[in-house]
Amino acid sequence: MKAASREGAVVTIHVTVNGRPRELDVAGHALLLDVLRDALDLKGAKRSCDTQVCGACTVLVDGLAVSACTYLAVEADGRSVLTVEGLAEGESLDPLQRAFVDAGAVQCGFCTSGMLLTAKAMLSEHARPSREDVLHYLRGSLCRCTGYRKIVEAILAAAEAAR
Amino acid sequence: MLRPFTLHRPETAEEACALLAGLGEDAAAYAGGTELLLLMKLGLLRPRHLVDVKRIPGFGEIGPGPRATSGARLTIGAAVTHRAVERSALVGARCPLVSSVARHVANVRVRNVGTVGGNLAFADPHSDLATLFLTLDASVELVSPRGCRELPLGDFVRGPWETAREADELLASVTLTPWGGETAAAYVKFGVHERPTLAVAAALRLDGAAGAQRGGDRIVDARVAIGCVGLKPARLAAVEARLVGGSVADLEDAARAAAEIAAAGVDAADDLYGSADYKRAMVAVFVRRALGIAAARARGAEPAARFPHAVVA
Repeated sequence: MKAASREGAVVTIHVTVNGRPRELDVAGHALLLDVLRDALDLKGAKRSCDTQVCGACTVLVDGLAVSACTYLAVEADGRSVLTVEGLAEGESLDPLQRAFVDAGAVQCGFCTSGMLLTAKAMLSEHARPSREDVLHYLRGSLCRCTGYRKIVEAILAAAEAAR
Repeated sequence: MLRPFTLHRPETAEEACALLAGLGEDAAAYAGGTELLLLMKLGLLRPRHLVDVKRIPGFGEIGPGPRATSGARLTIGAAVTHRAVERSALVGARCPLVSSVARHVANVRVRNVGTVGGNLAFADPHSDLATLFLTLDASVELVSPRGCRELPLGDFVRGPWETAREADELLASVTLTPWGGETAAAYVKFGVHERPTLAVAAALRLDGAAGAQRGGDRIVDARVAIGCVGLKPARLAAVEARLVGGSVADLEDAARAAAEIAAAGVDAADDLYGSADYKRAMVAVFVRRALGIAAARARGAEPAARFPHAVVA
């Protein structure tokens, strides 16, 4: 792994994005969100609050939820990034996506990719989450449409179905 | 969008300190970036150089304190994430309330990336850790080309976003002294956003080897720290003194009196989170609640206390 980057210089990073190894030339000061959206055309992660309070830009880095808006792209060097585009396999939705559709947990959809990835990270830690576990994990993931109830129900249903 | 900067990734503390000393105001220490990158995006900070401290040996570790002389301590490296604190078995064994508070810092994305050292060195008055750590007699270790020094956390944090760290110094770790004997404690914070509006940490040490359950319910030591309402978190000696010597089984009157002393003695400031008067009124409410929860825990009970917009750890 290259140790450092000079001001304004381009750095080559090796990142596995949605299962596919990529070699990317990024500016040392580039944010992961901009690299995903602009260089890779993955528009699922959204820039919204830009201050790590809303969750719309959530992606998983080595399985951990991070705010891509406040995460340097060079930090992803040597790591694996999962975005919402990597959840489905072809036409086959991830069980969480299916549960969101079934529960009516998607309204305008702006928060959905972040909600799905946050839930994905939570389910990898809690196979049998309680409602309280879900609410705790979703703190800082904002939805202005659903009132959260259907999102929580969808996540609990997906956890139940996976047992 | 960030302005361009040079990212340095030193492998040793010496190298990092030499960079900070040489670059002066142009450089900022960088770990998780959860505070620093936000201010850089807003243009409020414009460092030309970031010195990444995550590769420095020991900075990412949690271990027993440096000196074995004063019993079991707990040292948390500056680049340890909140998530690692939450999950550490050693933290859970020595300072269970620290694990519990770490679980409630901001949100899971911040906890996965943000670090203990970054939180303390940033000295945002609306922080969970500094308030809690004051009740654990925390001290910080600062390293520089001139050597190493240890400072009590209360002296390190000078005010909002201001610490005693010199330009060439690096915060290396924080060491906590777990409460001795039978201690019941609680941390309660209030607020609707990621950063708390008010925080109270309270710990009551009881006499007798087995504490209240064997009848020893006299409070022999009390620690109460208030954070987020003023310019910096602080222990309140007068509040603590009011509690020592009392009985935990009969804490209600003492807690009420202590809460009034806390409200009068706290250094509250007007800000976007509320007026100083409002905060003092809320301090009284939350000191009473925190002491009530600690007292219940001393009796072996976990109160099902739930307060609007409050987190009980």
